[in-house]
Amino acid sequence: MRETPAQTVGPYLAVGLTWPAGFLVVPLGTPGAVRISGVLRDGAGEPVPDGMIETWQADADGRFDHPDDPRGPSGSGFAGFGRCPTDADGRYEIVTVKPGRIGDGQAPHLDVSVFARGLLDRVVTRLYFPDEGANAVDPLLSALPPDRAATLVAEPAGEGELRFDIRLQGAGETVFLRL
Amino acid sequence: MTIPAGAAGARPAGARPADATAARGYRRAPEGTHPPLRFAAYRATGLRAPSLAPVVLRQRLTEITGPLLTGDIGPSDHDLTTQHAGEAIGQRIVVFGRVLDSDGRPVPETLVEVWQANSAGRYAHVRDSWPAPLDPNFTGGGRVVTDPAGHYSFTTIKPGAYPWGNHHNAWRPAHIHFSLFGRSFTQRLVTQMYFPDDPLFSQDPIYNSVPDANARGRMVATFDLDATCPERALAFRFDIVLRGRERTPFEEPHA
Repeated sequence: MRETPAQTVGPYLAVGLTWPAGFLVVPLGTPGAVRISGVLRDGAGEPVPDGMIETWQADADGRFDHPDDPRGPSGSGFAGFGRCPTDADGRYEIVTVKPGRIGDGQAPHLDVSVFARGLLDRVVTRLYFPDEGANAVDPLLSALPPDRAATLVAEPAGEGELRFDIRLQGAGETVFLRL
Repeated sequence: MTIPAGAAGARPAGARPADATAARGYRRAPEGTHPPLRFAAYRATGLRAPSLAPVVLRQRLTEITGPLLTGDIGPSDHDLTTQHAGEAIGQRIVVFGRVLDSDGRPVPETLVEVWQANSAGRYAHVRDSWPAPLDPNFTGGGRVVTDPAGHYSFTTIKPGAYPWGNHHNAWRPAHIHFSLFGRSFTQRLVTQMYFPDDPLFSQDPIYNSVPDANARGRMVATFDLDATCPERALAFRFDIVLRGRERTPFEEPHA
């Protein structure tokens, strides 16, 4: 069978994709929780006010509650999924915990999808954590020129806070990934 | 949808170490299946499509797993005509089909989200201001979970076409937005379902952004007389096909 093509979410994704608590991968107040926030910008540097960010990650032990985890599903019930529309200033936020190392040589990371009017398909990127020694040997980060790799590493923004801006196009364009 | 963390269970006895090479990734569709990100006829791509080529990421555990979301489905989420005090105005339709992968395997228990304009072609959204009437009895959002054989079904009204500012006299063909997860991050898909024989296809850059004509056709539902509800609703069948597994583990020379 042949795949169904992708199409843009268009400007009105909020009609169908809004979850009030979607940005909470873990409940507020969870010990060790980190709030990741940032701005989605276009090629002119302008905020994108009608986009949506989704995240997917392992739990704090580096495991997935999923049958295709070769170690077996964690059974933890950790959903691992976050979703946040961008607001009028292009801003989004996700509250989660830092994932543990999976154990395959990769540094802790979140997979990130970006959807918006004007994006005919989602674009995919990754978020890595600052001050993480494993970043130096991560297969993806270490294969990129330093200035490009830097677009995938969140910046510290205070206690329990990280900043991760996403630039769709132009100066400082985020590295996007083809799966 | 959110489930607390911190309740990680003990690892099962005999659990193996993470070995992503033991698992198969998901293969890519043939060229021409999905639209390019940069497509000049759709003007909004101009400042939003990335200008640099994407970096190929070898699929590892994060990519071959994904959110398995089935929770929080409300009693009217499958019937967009009955979410308010009165019935929605418009041609009542049933939209149904299966979610499959490209090997023909059903995708069971996966969340399907839909959203659409009302029968006059207007979205219940603050930024949609073209002068067509809003329907107080129609919001236009729904969600269902597929059954063990990948079947889904929802009831709605046929959305109207609407004008937009992309080019002179631009009109979007009637469509319903679909959001799908499959079983892995890699299978995630957002698409649009169109209706058969829409005279607006020829001038729509979003529909025509898909290079392959057969692939475009796979976004068009089929009218199904046998599935209609007599004296109640017309029926349109729309099967959705997500990425299937690679034949052998990581056969491609990924970076």
